[in-house]
Amino acid sequence: MKDSKIKRCLSLFIQFFKIGAFTFGGGYAMIPIMQKEFVDSHHYIEKEDILDIIAISQSTPGAISVNSATFIGQHIAGFWGSVFATIGLILPPYIFILIISSVLGWFESQKYVQYAFMGIQAGVLALITKAMIAMFRQCPKNTLAYILMLGSLAASVIFDINLIIVLITCAVIGLVSSLIYKNNKEESEKK
Amino acid sequence: MILSALSLYLTFAKIGLFTIGGGYAMIPLIQEEIISRNWLSQSELINFIAVSESTPGTFAVNISTYIGSQVCSQYGVLGQIAGGAFATLGVITPSFFIILLVAKFYQQFKKSTVVSGVMSGLRPTVIGLIAAALINLARAVFFPNGFDPSEIISINVISSLVIYAICLVLILKKLHPIFMILIAAAAGLLVGILQEAL
Repeated sequence: MKDSKIKRCLSLFIQFFKIGAFTFGGGYAMIPIMQKEFVDSHHYIEKEDILDIIAISQSTPGAISVNSATFIGQHIAGFWGSVFATIGLILPPYIFILIISSVLGWFESQKYVQYAFMGIQAGVLALITKAMIAMFRQCPKNTLAYILMLGSLAASVIFDINLIIVLITCAVIGLVSSLIYKNNKEESEKK
Repeated sequence: MILSALSLYLTFAKIGLFTIGGGYAMIPLIQEEIISRNWLSQSELINFIAVSESTPGTFAVNISTYIGSQVCSQYGVLGQIAGGAFATLGVITPSFFIILLVAKFYQQFKKSTVVSGVMSGLRPTVIGLIAAALINLARAVFFPNGFDPSEIISINVISSLVIYAICLVLILKKLHPIFMILIAAAAGLLVGILQEAL
């Protein structure tokens, strides 16, 4: 990391611009590329650090790829590093979608495209189902987790409760139960 | 225009703040905050998920840019550029500052019992909420003109179910999403043309 700060910022911008422009499929698809660019080729980041960065990007709000970019930018070149990395990552899709969105409405109104989208819509349901299954596999499974899963499903579908209220309530339940669990464990250890 | 831009920025900042676990965790929030405002329909959301999977970049950025540009489309091209920018900047603002903060204290953050406790509550919740979002989307796909019990055994429902099942198997067998979308499109096209011919 002997390069000047401006040079590092520019290099971050270019690296993340490339990642934003050529990676399909969001966060998880970008992680191996980030690893290759910043750990293997440039040695800007240690291997253990990148695992931490990914774990933290998943447990903070927002898109995982954007979070990782902000974090890596900050790690390599401070505040301006995070600005350049984040803007670099979001600029290509922003430009691309602006161009597409102006013709998308016309495109979708074509008869054969409408037929195709009838099938695509069912396919998208499969994509979301798969994302849900993947999250389920990664999630620790205990009684409380199942209660929260079913509870939040019912709160949203049957009772139509505001999602933000559901999220905050469940965060508090998770926090309280883990503190109680920790407390009990410490007490039993004392005995 | 300024009012639309501000309301886009704030709405997307709210969505960004409560999206836990990445891209698709946004879908329930988009349904609540965007579809309820009539900025987008369920069907447009589903179509756009497919577009987003087939174009480079992150879902969160893609969908924010798209909705922002659509909401401000009445103000012409400049309005679309600005609308897309406000929505996208909105969605990344909360995480940007949270990450800067976390990066400073990340050894403590990693070991924090508060963070792990909150996450132990949020992770299963997000799964439940995505399941709810999936039900809403499925309703729009299977019954595009509203739910009608007499239409449970219609060509649309049956063909959609079959395509859904095939796609789910393909995607669980690790086929790339873009190829899965192409297969689904071909199947939809086939069903449409057959229906027209009969």
